[in-house]
Amino acid sequence: MLYTCLLPACQSEQHLGQYYTVPPSHFHTVFPHGLPPRYQQQVKTFNEGCVMVRQPALELISHLKRADYSKPTLRYLLYGVKGSGKTMSLCHTVHYCSTQGWLVLHIPDAHLWVKNCKELLPSSYHASRFDQPIQASNWLRNFRTTNEHFLSKIKLRQRYVWTKRESTEEGRPLGELVDMGVSRVKSSSDVVGAVLKELRLQAGGTEGGFRLAVAVDGVNGLWGRTTLKKEDKSPVAPEELTLVHNLRKMINNDWCGGAVIATLSQTGSLYAPSSAYLPQELLGEEGFDSMDPFVPVPVSLYSEKEFESCYLYYLDRHWLQHPHSQTEEGKKELIFLSNRNPSVLERLCAFL
Amino acid sequence: MAASGGRTVGSFLWKCGNCCFNFNTVSSNLTRQVLSRQLCVSAVLHRKNLAAAGPEKFSEEFIKKQVEEFNIGKRHLANMMGEDPETFTQGDINRSIAYLFPSGLFDKKAKPLMKHPDEVFPKQRAVQWGADGRPFHFLFYTGKQSYYSLMHVSTGSLVGSRWLLKEELEELLVETISEHDYARFIQLMERLLSLPYCSVEEDFVQRYRRQLEIQSSKQQVQPLQYDQHGVAYSTGDGRRKTATGTVLLRDSGSGSISINGTNYVHYFPVLQDREQLMFPLHFMGVLGRFDMQCSVSGGGHSSQAGALRLAISRAMLSFLSEGQVETMRQAGLLTPDPRIKERKKPGQEGARRKFTWKKR
Repeated sequence: MLYTCLLPACQSEQHLGQYYTVPPSHFHTVFPHGLPPRYQQQVKTFNEGCVMVRQPALELISHLKRADYSKPTLRYLLYGVKGSGKTMSLCHTVHYCSTQGWLVLHIPDAHLWVKNCKELLPSSYHASRFDQPIQASNWLRNFRTTNEHFLSKIKLRQRYVWTKRESTEEGRPLGELVDMGVSRVKSSSDVVGAVLKELRLQAGGTEGGFRLAVAVDGVNGLWGRTTLKKEDKSPVAPEELTLVHNLRKMINNDWCGGAVIATLSQTGSLYAPSSAYLPQELLGEEGFDSMDPFVPVPVSLYSEKEFESCYLYYLDRHWLQHPHSQTEEGKKELIFLSNRNPSVLERLCAFL
Repeated sequence: MAASGGRTVGSFLWKCGNCCFNFNTVSSNLTRQVLSRQLCVSAVLHRKNLAAAGPEKFSEEFIKKQVEEFNIGKRHLANMMGEDPETFTQGDINRSIAYLFPSGLFDKKAKPLMKHPDEVFPKQRAVQWGADGRPFHFLFYTGKQSYYSLMHVSTGSLVGSRWLLKEELEELLVETISEHDYARFIQLMERLLSLPYCSVEEDFVQRYRRQLEIQSSKQQVQPLQYDQHGVAYSTGDGRRKTATGTVLLRDSGSGSISINGTNYVHYFPVLQDREQLMFPLHFMGVLGRFDMQCSVSGGGHSSQAGALRLAISRAMLSFLSEGQVETMRQAGLLTPDPRIKERKKPGQEGARRKFTWKKR
């Protein structure tokens, strides 16, 4: 039994190791950003998106089902060695949340906000902070694609003044705010901040309440160092970036009615050794204190059953063309060379 | 014969007359002997150099076919002449051909001839190498393989053995021997070997020689060690180009490998290095059987992988049988790689690279 047709909501332990297909209609809405690039290529090649049901994702989903949403938000942290499937588990959970009708705030990679930024504008709202217009507007665009149906339903509770002539009144739909942020690139970072604040306030509300899922990939980037520099060549601390500042407020558990799911990522992280994968090492002291208390969810390498399942999936899709790879010995070689690491296995099979 | 011989001899003497005048002073008998010997020599000299003929022009099947045809033709000829095919000799053949095909030609080689193909076609060497280009004989690359193999055989008893030491000889004879006596003994044995027909007394000579251990083909296979749980383990170390590695191989494991404390997938991100580690295990078909704890230092990632590969092969020896050890040796898994970085020479930029040549 390699495939199961059930959506994430109905999956349980008996489906461990099986693949389920993400319906194509969901694909572009739920995951405009956020999937690992190699996985996106695989989806394009196979013409379908199949995700393996694994233990960490199931654990997360069961926690989300049983959690009490009137209490302050619980934070879940996925951690594991490089290439063990943390981002994929996160995407699995995000898919579950969106099928359940939650509002999903998916930040594909927090590291993208702290490095390689070409334009850094001083913020209009707060003198000592810096804006990142391109990243913010990109994110707002993707946010709009993901949560179309919520944008008209949520109404703003506060009046926001952008410039002397621009302002958004109270009671306007959120969609208008987001559109404004996308079109007016200069103030997009502040729009992001406003959106996050509104959602935080309204998430646990009883009237028209929705559940909010904040999914952050590479959360350790929020507390490290940045590679950005001010005009006088002095380094920028993460707190001085508007986006990072607002996101940190979201991750704090002072609001209720949702969950925060985060992944650690060494791949994009700055100034972290490549062998580091534990939360303490990657988050640093400051990050660990902010994230504390959290529910750690370890993501391990493929078990025997999972490896078997992945191997059969590749065979089924005729991805393994080499005749030797279809034999038992070839399978043993694959096990040895990849040590059951999902990403290593994927790269290995790519040229077989 | 004498008359025709005289003509060639005369010309020969005239040729040799320039090189040595002593011939003229030699007595007539000796001259005749010398002349007759030189006749034989001249025939050999005039014959073509067989070895330099080049690759064979006639294939084996062709020669075989020719032999068959010759035998059939011989029987036909015998029938034609009315003689018994079984007792038809070469002399009979020659007479029959001379009778059937009378020729007025003077040159012997131009007259019709019927001889056994081995005498007609020049003796040539078969192809010395197989389909993969690897030569059959182990002395092929000396150039004169047959000669050297002949030399090798005749002195075979001396190669790979040494004379008895003085202490060993004393032990054998149960007597005390002085150094002078021992020297005389060795001298006598060498003189014996230098005489012709010494191979007759080979057994006698061998009694006083000891075989030398050929170091290269002997692998020290350490016995298996067992730890407190009864699990067999063995160690091995290897070196490659300033990288040294040691491996502790444990039996009944799951194929997990840790290098310097970290997982091998993280230590060797390059696929090639992991393939190097896999090679000895995969070759013997024991991929999932062993657990390994390795430590390695020095060199770069490739040389560390090579060092570990050698170490793994050496550690695996204690788990394998003799035949498997031999296959591993032939696969080159047990040979340490002798290549190191070549020295930089003065006047050159690197080991081989010269400085840029400027015309002016």
